[in-house]
Amino acid sequence: MEKRKSGRIYIGFFVLLLSAVFFFLLSLTVGTSRISVSETVQILIQHPADSAASKIIWDIRMPRVLSAMILGGALSVAGYLLQSFFRNPIAGPFVLGISSGSKLCVALVMILALQHGIMLHSAVMIAAAFAGALLCMLTILLFTGKVRHMAQLIISGVMIGYICNALTDFIVTFADDANIVNLHNWSRGSFSGANWTDVRDMTIIIIPAMAGAFLLSKPISAYLLGEGYARSMGVSIFRFRVLLIALSTLLAACVTAFAGPVSFVGIAVPHLVKALFRTAKPIIIIPAAFIGGSVFCMVSDLLARMLFAPQELSVSTVTAVFGAPVVIFVMLRRNQERSAT
Amino acid sequence: MSGQIILETRALTVGYLNKAVVSDISFQLHQGEILTLIGPNGAGKSTILKTITSELPCLSGEILLHGKQILSLTASEIAKQIAVLFTERISTERMTCFDVAAAGRYPYTGLLGLLSETDRAIVRDALQAVGMLSLADRDFRKISDGQRQSIMLARALAQQPDLLLLDEPTSYLDIGRKLDILTFLRSYVKEHQIAVIQSLHELDLAQKFSDLILCINGHHTVEAGTPEEIFQGDRISEIFAIQSGSYNPLFGSAEPIAVSGEPKVFVIGGGGSGIPLYRALYRAGIPFAAGVIHENDLDYPVCSALAVKVISEKPFEPISDDACQQAVRMIKTCETVICSNQTFGPMNAKNKYLCEYAEQCGKQKSTWK
Repeated sequence: MEKRKSGRIYIGFFVLLLSAVFFFLLSLTVGTSRISVSETVQILIQHPADSAASKIIWDIRMPRVLSAMILGGALSVAGYLLQSFFRNPIAGPFVLGISSGSKLCVALVMILALQHGIMLHSAVMIAAAFAGALLCMLTILLFTGKVRHMAQLIISGVMIGYICNALTDFIVTFADDANIVNLHNWSRGSFSGANWTDVRDMTIIIIPAMAGAFLLSKPISAYLLGEGYARSMGVSIFRFRVLLIALSTLLAACVTAFAGPVSFVGIAVPHLVKALFRTAKPIIIIPAAFIGGSVFCMVSDLLARMLFAPQELSVSTVTAVFGAPVVIFVMLRRNQERSAT
Repeated sequence: MSGQIILETRALTVGYLNKAVVSDISFQLHQGEILTLIGPNGAGKSTILKTITSELPCLSGEILLHGKQILSLTASEIAKQIAVLFTERISTERMTCFDVAAAGRYPYTGLLGLLSETDRAIVRDALQAVGMLSLADRDFRKISDGQRQSIMLARALAQQPDLLLLDEPTSYLDIGRKLDILTFLRSYVKEHQIAVIQSLHELDLAQKFSDLILCINGHHTVEAGTPEEIFQGDRISEIFAIQSGSYNPLFGSAEPIAVSGEPKVFVIGGGGSGIPLYRALYRAGIPFAAGVIHENDLDYPVCSALAVKVISEKPFEPISDDACQQAVRMIKTCETVICSNQTFGPMNAKNKYLCEYAEQCGKQKSTWK
């Protein structure tokens, strides 16, 4: 039994990594300007500086795919952390309104900066997104207090999301036309326009945050049995909760700062990964959710680019189409289980 | 009996945010002993348990674990000595019973919580001890309530505690499983020289399975003692402020209040034969009297709870003339007399006479209907 289980885990990681590599290469190859597979491979190996194809691959597609990977991974881990924290299977940065909170703050900062002709550093964007996300998170914690009823939590989250979106719309209405074009693209969720500096900046934030999340897997596993048991086993609950909130909010905020709000990745991917590995052990699920989120977002971005090319869809449109059914499925399965016992 | 002291409280006050719930709790718990908290709902049983686990601050007094102030120990040190089992059921996702029990190794594993071979062996032993090893690979959600409780107990045992804290370990369980768990604890504490503090709602079981009883009444005052000291006379009825009935500590049975009014039926019982009749009359709402019953008769505790009047005799004495006269008067005033007992010896010979007397009066019937 033990052997069979660990076998499944090796196979699971192998499948995830393989599909990550596959979709990474595919994303580099596929696009509006046709570059053949062999040409792509050649460009990747030789890195010729002069050709237009090389520029497209190295300066446009590569940063875009990398940010889809990194942000997708961050988003699904943020979702997993929030689900563990609230012990609610459909919690996630988008559903809880955290992404919308980030969006509001980033939009505000963006417009103010553009009006004064200031170029925004990505650190400022991240800080704004983090502030917005944290504000929403604290509001939700305040609302739900000690009662963590599943429906109550989600309803508060969705409502906060609506309020933030309404405020964002309000701000956008009074912004300059030039700003709106910029903002509109971003506020729908997209990985387009990412450059190498963005990739560097998001890596600087997300890698340590991921390491932190991974190191929390032991207390998370205890917390899964409930707060009382976790405390009785020696988990310092207050510190643990602060860390968990800080990390999940930071990860979600970072995604919003660079790619806008991306829906359903945070809910769908952890569930798919748990189903693949047939376990919910955080020490496995945290890295697996990161790779899974990478793959999910690369595929979604690929579809967003290609389905109606040259017209580009927002990535949220695609993630919602694939992610929302997962949420429905999870809820139905939970209902079945409840009626079965 | 008296091994080392595992836990001691001295004039402990427990409660929430400076609002004391129970004060002046002092007891010593030795290796191999089970201490049971009893008392009405809301009296403070859980508050005491939560204070010992440091979930609630202790408002005054001291808690000593192995002679050391519990406040001076770190959470991890406490976790290696105290394990808990809560009443609330847990909801898990994709966890096998082994995974749940293995959570108990938390205080002993490293930074990432990976289990060593020793850890695995300890978890398997714990599952084996509660008889659940065969369920190790089953999904925790897909087993029965009783099995889940056993797995949670295995989790606590895997923590290798010196002290087990169990908050109503028998709720949700049927009587068979209740006895299983309590019998298991009884032998486990002796064998491993650990101690148990538990809260129970089942007074009869508390009385039978505990070395010490800590009893908290509705006014939040506390009494500690052996089961024999606590389960005496009407103390239980007083502690729980029982109003609609009575509790018999000898048999651990609860009885409702007698139907009031002039007795309409007189039951001549004895040897347990009258008990079904007393219950039937109570259900039908008919006031009745019973006699002549010896105070050591099986019938006695039931009819003294349910009958308006019981004509009784001292243990091992033949029925006196006086008692017999009282019974005759009772037969005269009652509409019906039922003679449930058909075996007569020297001690209850007069009951035979009473039966015959009722027959002559034409009041003797086999049922009251």
